[in-house]
Amino acid sequence: MAFTPPKETYIGRVHAVTIGVGDKTVTFGGENVLPFHTFEGIAPNRPVIAYEIQDIPPTDWPENVQKPYEGVSNDPVTWAKFCQDVLKVKAIALRLIGTHPDRENRSHEDAARTVRDVLSAIDIPLIILGSNHTEKDAPVLVAAAEAAKDRNCIIGKAQEANYKTIVAAAMANNHKLIAMSELDVNLSKQLNILITQMGFDRERLITDPMCSALGYGLEYTYSVMERIRLAALTQNDIAMQPPMLGDIGMYVWKVKETQASETDLPHWGPAEERGMAWEAVTAMVLLLAGAELLIMRHPKAVEVVEKVIEELI
Amino acid sequence: MALTGVEIFKLLPKTNCKKCGFPTCLAFAMKLAQRQASIDLCPDVSEDAKQKLGEASAPPVRPITFGAGDKAVKMGEETVLFRHDKRFVNPCAFALEIKDTLSEADISSRIEEVLNSEIERVGQRLRIDAVALINDSHDVGRFEAAAKIVAKKACDVPVIICAGNPGAAEAAVKLFVDKKPIIYGANSENAEAMANIAKTYKATLGVTASSAFGGSGGGLDELSTLTEKIKSLGIEDIVIDSGARKAKEIIEDNTLIRRAAIKKNFKPLGYPVITFAQRGDSLIEALIGAIGVAKYSSIIVLSNIEKWKNLALFTLRQNLYTDPQVPMQVEQKIYKIGEPMPDSPLLITTNFSLTYFIVSGEIENSKIPSYLAVMDCEGLSVLTAWAAGKFTAAKIAQFIKESGVENTIKHRELIIPGYVAILSGAIQDKLEGWKITVGPREANGIPAFLRSRAA
Repeated sequence: MAFTPPKETYIGRVHAVTIGVGDKTVTFGGENVLPFHTFEGIAPNRPVIAYEIQDIPPTDWPENVQKPYEGVSNDPVTWAKFCQDVLKVKAIALRLIGTHPDRENRSHEDAARTVRDVLSAIDIPLIILGSNHTEKDAPVLVAAAEAAKDRNCIIGKAQEANYKTIVAAAMANNHKLIAMSELDVNLSKQLNILITQMGFDRERLITDPMCSALGYGLEYTYSVMERIRLAALTQNDIAMQPPMLGDIGMYVWKVKETQASETDLPHWGPAEERGMAWEAVTAMVLLLAGAELLIMRHPKAVEVVEKVIEELI
Repeated sequence: MALTGVEIFKLLPKTNCKKCGFPTCLAFAMKLAQRQASIDLCPDVSEDAKQKLGEASAPPVRPITFGAGDKAVKMGEETVLFRHDKRFVNPCAFALEIKDTLSEADISSRIEEVLNSEIERVGQRLRIDAVALINDSHDVGRFEAAAKIVAKKACDVPVIICAGNPGAAEAAVKLFVDKKPIIYGANSENAEAMANIAKTYKATLGVTASSAFGGSGGGLDELSTLTEKIKSLGIEDIVIDSGARKAKEIIEDNTLIRRAAIKKNFKPLGYPVITFAQRGDSLIEALIGAIGVAKYSSIIVLSNIEKWKNLALFTLRQNLYTDPQVPMQVEQKIYKIGEPMPDSPLLITTNFSLTYFIVSGEIENSKIPSYLAVMDCEGLSVLTAWAAGKFTAAKIAQFIKESGVENTIKHRELIIPGYVAILSGAIQDKLEGWKITVGPREANGIPAFLRSRAA
């Protein structure tokens, strides 16, 4: 029996989103096929991996992922320059974790200053993230968006509880925006609709359906992403067509598997390789589910994921 | 193409005799269509109808048992492309390659690694399932000698005998009689000879398109022709290799194979897929393995099985092969987080795995050692379990009393999730001498909550 490849045609397309300015912009999304299915459609842009840095020293990160940034991570500007100039990264994600009331409770003015300082030191695209405290994120991200005006950054994350102010700030200052909801296809769609109803261009949105780490609910993120992507492509659901974010690092580097020492758990093998593998495997699997933008921490994990992306495109 | 219930009904005797155990022929037909019953239950169906039904009701991906005994692995039987549609059925097997060019000591130590690979995670025992013995030397004697070591030291581990030379394959397969091994390496040149050996020794046959060996290859078309030829030679149990080695090819070929089998009921590709993921860089190998796990491989061959890599791949397989309709559960017990002391706080939540992971993660973030009582609520989250009457004051009180936690801690304070604040009075009534404290509604409030108490 002759074999006819059962190829699919899709009616929808994921938006392409470009961030940054000048000759250092990056673009992700834009495909009209399931992830890496270039045998039946077009995927013009490869996924982008941004390196995570933060406004305060990463003392809460496990030692194995602090190490690559030893000597530079005490200051966000030095850290950002190290990523750009030494690691040659394509984009940076600055998390303003120090603004969280349970952390250093830094003010929105402090946050704006950090954003300005980092932006004046780099020319690659920047993603600016709050501390995921819905109340505090509103003033912090408004100040950050103003400080980054016209640098075409991504601001995030807007959630159901605080999206109005953040959307307005992203709109007024010409940024892209991450809309995050918690592991639910319908909530994700609803938030995208609410945001576009405010007049925000839907082609400037990025969806974060909420990440989870390998072994800690990854299958939920995986299936939610697959379902969102299928709705975008096979049903041409315009509210589901923004590219998706996998905010990998912060979920991966707090689980036991990336922290426990080999002395405590000899059958798990060395912690350093284990941590890198945990982050890289989580990232790879979410790329297969449909993520186009990843935020990661360990340079070695990013390096191997990039190598496999090279093979996939 | 699979038949619908009504199409099946037309082939049945329509006597409503109930001998099959269902009230009517139509009800039985519906069960057959859903693959929840076997046609053998009907004593009166004609042979002709049986054959039609047999062909149509055979699972789109042929079920195959690989190996024998406790460590046998079931493969195939998959019915979907996406796990949210229906559970992926048979978790893929991981196999460690052992080349016959290695010394006896090296072969033995690799077998040891396989035998010692078992770990437990969330109540399941996970391990490297198989050995792939490779005729790298192209020498029959050497291959046989290596096979002898495997047969002796790993007698119950399923084996894939990888040899393109029928002489070598036969020399090795003789050592695994009744062990249901796989002979991998049948191609368009050696198909008859390999099929004969597989038939004689009741082995599954691994079929490969020529591109697997760097040739220009006809890929899936060639593979389809080959499996049909081998089937006509009397071999039913087949595993297939399209020759895909690069990540992109693995996704493309495995997707087209699974689609052809499931959506088109294309029998020549309705077999489990074997993927060779070996790479020089072990981290990259882990990622190629991960692609195989997510994208439809039934066997994944690895060149090295470091403990960290096993842990990551086992966990991924477990994650993606869980039933999306049935919540993952963790064991009911009192979990220690950090190194709690008799005066450390005691919190309670339900046993939905995601709830447990998030709550325990936030307690860990708080850096306050605590006890976490996880109560069996059939895998429901806190609010759902409360609404379903599984997380009630009486049940909580009974669980706390029976858990023995009263012997571990010296205080008598229980912190309950903020969402069930309404239960605090009732629990206090039922748990004499206890103080019930209402904690935060969302897990992300736990660090601040615990820290403010400790301050």
